[in-house]
Amino acid sequence: MKKSNLRTPLANAKGMGSAKEGTAHFIHQRVTAIALIPLTIWFVFSIISFVVSDDSSKLAAWLYSGVNAGATIFMLVALFYHAKLGVQVVIEDYLHCPCIKLSALLANTFFMYGAALISVIAVLKLHLHL
Amino acid sequence: MTTDDTTPAHTRPTSPHLTIYKWQITMVMSILHRATGLALAFGTVFLVAWLWAAAYSPDCFTWLHGFFGSFIGKIMMFGWTVAFYYHLLNGIRHLGWDLGHGFELRTVDITGIIVGVSCGALTIVTWIIAFSVKGAM
Repeated sequence: MKKSNLRTPLANAKGMGSAKEGTAHFIHQRVTAIALIPLTIWFVFSIISFVVSDDSSKLAAWLYSGVNAGATIFMLVALFYHAKLGVQVVIEDYLHCPCIKLSALLANTFFMYGAALISVIAVLKLHLHL
Repeated sequence: MTTDDTTPAHTRPTSPHLTIYKWQITMVMSILHRATGLALAFGTVFLVAWLWAAAYSPDCFTWLHGFFGSFIGKIMMFGWTVAFYYHLLNGIRHLGWDLGHGFELRTVDITGIIVGVSCGALTIVTWIIAFSVKGAM
């Protein structure tokens, strides 16, 4: 049988095949995308309608509502996870030097999860008037 | 194609890349989807800073609002508004493709144009609302 394979013998020997996580990545990106459609539209229009002020008390008053705070946190979690997945793909597509690629992937993961955590804590603090 | 141990690496076929294609609406929109996604991901830095400042540093919050209100700040916010609507609308187009709809060449071009025009319209509407709210305060 004629062997049909574009992979080099070296690549075969190294066993660098699929990471077998592509489908989960694909689905998570779509699920967060669907959640973000209503959430981001709602957030943008709420901010420009009720919150724009150089006085943070207006934002605090808006976040005092449980619905607003809850939906904002939901949006932040979906947003940063979606951004993490998207930037990860860009890094994997364009950065090929293993050292730079790995550093960029780590930086992306740490930034996105860190940013999600910090922003959720900030929203909770404003919501609870701490 | 067969695997051949003796074939040097440089004779292997390479896939065609951006430089040899004629520019067309589908590829421009695909590139823009990624570019706007990256721009929005970068913009989250300001979202986090804004929320953090609101919770922990009123001075920082006032400074940030001064920055957003400045000429450069407004340009950045306008850019993010365009990027937001583009990525949102084109993302919905992508979800349609994921469900198997809209793959005909004509449909792909039409939905692309709809995304571009709607993006411009929604950006303008959003800024009109933002300025009218600000004016009313």
